[in-house]
Amino acid sequence: MVDVFGESMDRIKAAWRIGRLLPALLMIAVLAPGAAWADREWNFPPPVTPIAHEIFELHAIIFWICVVIFFVVFGAMGYSIYAHRKSKGHVAEQFHENTTVEIIWTVIPFIILVLMAWPATKTVLAMKDASAADLTVKITGSQWKWNYDYLNDGFGYYSELSTPFAQIENREPKNEHYLLEVDRPLVVPVNKKIRLLITSSDVIHAWYLPSAGVQQDAIPGFVRDDWMKFDKTGTYRGQCNKICGKEHGFMPIVVEVKSDEDYAAWVGDQKKKLAPTADDVNKALDIKDLTARGEKVYTANCAACHQPNGKGLPPAFPPLDGSKVATGPKLVHISTVLNGVTHDGKPTAMVAWKATLSDVDIASVITYERNSWGNHTGEAIQPAEVASAKAR
Amino acid sequence: MSSIPHDHAAGHEHAHEHHPGGIMRWIMTTNHKDIGTLYLWFSFTMFIAGGIMALTIRAELFQPGLQLVEPEFFNQLNTVHGLIMIFGAIMPAAVGFANWQVPMMIGAPDMAFGRLNNWSFWLLPFAGVLLLGSFLAPGGAPSAGWTLYPPLSVQAGMGMDMTIFAIHIMGASSIMGSINIITTILNMRAPGMTLMKMPLFVWTWLITAYMLIAVMPVLAGSVTMLLTDRHFGTSFFNAAGGGDPVLFQHVFWFFGHPEVYIMILPAFGIASTVIPAFARKPLFGYASMVYATASIAILSFLVWAHHMFTVGMPAAGQLFFMYATMLIAVPTGVKVFNWLATMWKGSMTFETPMLFAIGFLFLFTIGGFTGLVLAIVPVDISLHDTYYVVAHFHYVLVAGSLFAFFAGIYYWLPKWTGRMYDETLGKWHFWLSFIFFNVTFFPMHFLGLAGMPRRVPDYATQFTDWNMVASIGAFGFGLSQLLLLIAVLKTIRSGPPAPARPWEGADTLEWTLPSPPPYHTFETPPVVK
Repeated sequence: MVDVFGESMDRIKAAWRIGRLLPALLMIAVLAPGAAWADREWNFPPPVTPIAHEIFELHAIIFWICVVIFFVVFGAMGYSIYAHRKSKGHVAEQFHENTTVEIIWTVIPFIILVLMAWPATKTVLAMKDASAADLTVKITGSQWKWNYDYLNDGFGYYSELSTPFAQIENREPKNEHYLLEVDRPLVVPVNKKIRLLITSSDVIHAWYLPSAGVQQDAIPGFVRDDWMKFDKTGTYRGQCNKICGKEHGFMPIVVEVKSDEDYAAWVGDQKKKLAPTADDVNKALDIKDLTARGEKVYTANCAACHQPNGKGLPPAFPPLDGSKVATGPKLVHISTVLNGVTHDGKPTAMVAWKATLSDVDIASVITYERNSWGNHTGEAIQPAEVASAKAR
Repeated sequence: MSSIPHDHAAGHEHAHEHHPGGIMRWIMTTNHKDIGTLYLWFSFTMFIAGGIMALTIRAELFQPGLQLVEPEFFNQLNTVHGLIMIFGAIMPAAVGFANWQVPMMIGAPDMAFGRLNNWSFWLLPFAGVLLLGSFLAPGGAPSAGWTLYPPLSVQAGMGMDMTIFAIHIMGASSIMGSINIITTILNMRAPGMTLMKMPLFVWTWLITAYMLIAVMPVLAGSVTMLLTDRHFGTSFFNAAGGGDPVLFQHVFWFFGHPEVYIMILPAFGIASTVIPAFARKPLFGYASMVYATASIAILSFLVWAHHMFTVGMPAAGQLFFMYATMLIAVPTGVKVFNWLATMWKGSMTFETPMLFAIGFLFLFTIGGFTGLVLAIVPVDISLHDTYYVVAHFHYVLVAGSLFAFFAGIYYWLPKWTGRMYDETLGKWHFWLSFIFFNVTFFPMHFLGLAGMPRRVPDYATQFTDWNMVASIGAFGFGLSQLLLLIAVLKTIRSGPPAPARPWEGADTLEWTLPSPPPYHTFETPPVVK
């Protein structure tokens, strides 16, 4: 029974494939004064995983069923509006009940719905099967970046928006991948089943990669799983898709799918970098190095709220330029960055950075903040001071 | 109480209208017509406020990059736009129609509880001020989206608390209004008007009122838990304290899904009144329409988690909610077919109310199709929280509820004011609204399919063209609504006098009254055969 049905589904799909360019062609024919319209987005991005293919086909089947019903129903309405109008002298008939037609138009839609639900159910069950994965990546959302942990290989990193502020503020022309580019993409091998463990460290985010047919909310305190398996190598882009605060629109997802060899080489590189590069906390740095490094840390982590010019966005995001914290006692400043700010025992938008940034990064960014804009304390904060403040 | 016979002579109705003059008339009024008018003007004011927010959003999204507003303020606009349009514009407008029409359509002298009615309305301006006033609070208005999901909503400033109180107040208003409507309909119908002889608009409101009583307390409960999580150390929605952020979503959408039918059922009622009147033919399948409305109402309590397909629920949960959601297409389809059958072989004319009713039927059905697409779990996983969803719910709420309300306003304006509206102006209002609505929201389907998330202040350059089209459409749509204001004001000031029954095919009880109706009507109940 099931197989017979599956075959007829295949035939429907085949018939549909021929027709699927039709709406785009129609629209282009109607709207195309120039070739530019051919580049517009009309449909899902090209699917690159088996699940995304199934979603693409499912949507197309349902779309065409709806189109047919649309033309039947509104064809009838159009005819009625044309023919049964008073201005044409049509006299109203007074029929107002017919149990047979009521039953017909209850049963037929029901049958159509069952036909739609069948393939959808198969896909739902396939999407839920995250077993027998080749590789597991833990994805943690936080305001406003993603953290990727390669659980099988023991390394991980943050992935953040790399589009410069100047482009967002329209001071520079925009890149090709404006807002959909990151400093470090998630890298995965092709043709391997990748299990995703998705969670969050603050509010709800959603990891959404349309071309892979993956969307899973990242829920703080809970881990959900999902999976994907790419057909081909390439770079695929998505975004956080659950409102998560003011930088919600600036939290992209980029996935680079590599061949097995390239992926193995990349993993080797990551592991090599991992071991010896840990900064020496006890090494004293001079103010120039600290400020230079601090500026980078500031741009990546602080500027979104406190702004590149240090003026902040009061009242939610106070200025650092001339602020009591950034010009006052350095221990207060260090503790603010390490532990964040709480108000009545509740965390505020100023989160604790001690788990996210290294001691050297924190020392650098504090040095930068104390010696930029109108702040001229001349103080260099050493990583050791940060480490000892943390120990307290 | 309604059955207490009146001894007054029929002429008494026209004799004296004791009510205070000036502003006190409106503050003290217990008259269903006055209160209906208040509801409708309040709703229009909120519609303009929410519309200005929408236009600011569309102006920001006209091109990529940040131009006009900061992301934080953008999120506040998005959130309050949603809350204002739902709780300030659509719901009060529906209650305004109920106040004016339910007593006149069932031959009752007024609503059952006059003072309660007054209080239901006068709570609303305070709620509106709290909600709009949250923009002035430190930290601004709530910015977590109208759904107020924690933990994001727990992070927010006191604007969130003001919003929570506003929701409490509006919920109380809705519950009191619903008690009043149910009591009126069940106890005060004219002799001879059995339930199955009631006009369909009255039926849809009876069912809507029951739904409101069922779900408004649920919403109040969910936002109260939010409030105690924010200030009193509870952890309903905080995993660190043993709670679950997703619990909020379940409770919220247990309210939220019936809520969308609360907003659409009165619109169905208006369409079911207007279409037969201009087809000059009785509503086809009256009984099946009543049953379909009731089925939709019952099913609407069983589908809430289709708003949450991406939270990671088990396959059994996804399948149950998918099937239940698809099932709603059956009674909804029955309604559409019945409206079509009502038009079939009628003798139609196309005055403004009929145009808006057909526009409603056409565009609501498109919204129904996209609803079906979104019900399919795998497809929803790719479209959840994208602009496709934004397109879908604006097709059912703007082209659905709002267009039906416009139909109702033009249909009953001659009765309410005693003057005819300007047909040319009304037709301009319809055609501009219809065209610009589609220019605004149809491209959003493409944006959603291409993967543009909702609630973002800026977007990748590949989305630019459709956003520009949508923004142009939005300004056209927004400005077209000024025509409604002009049309209504012109009617009130200088419209030609309307006859008691300006529509040839209209056959409900309100058309047996003069236009405008006297302050008190049906003090002696009519007899319905």
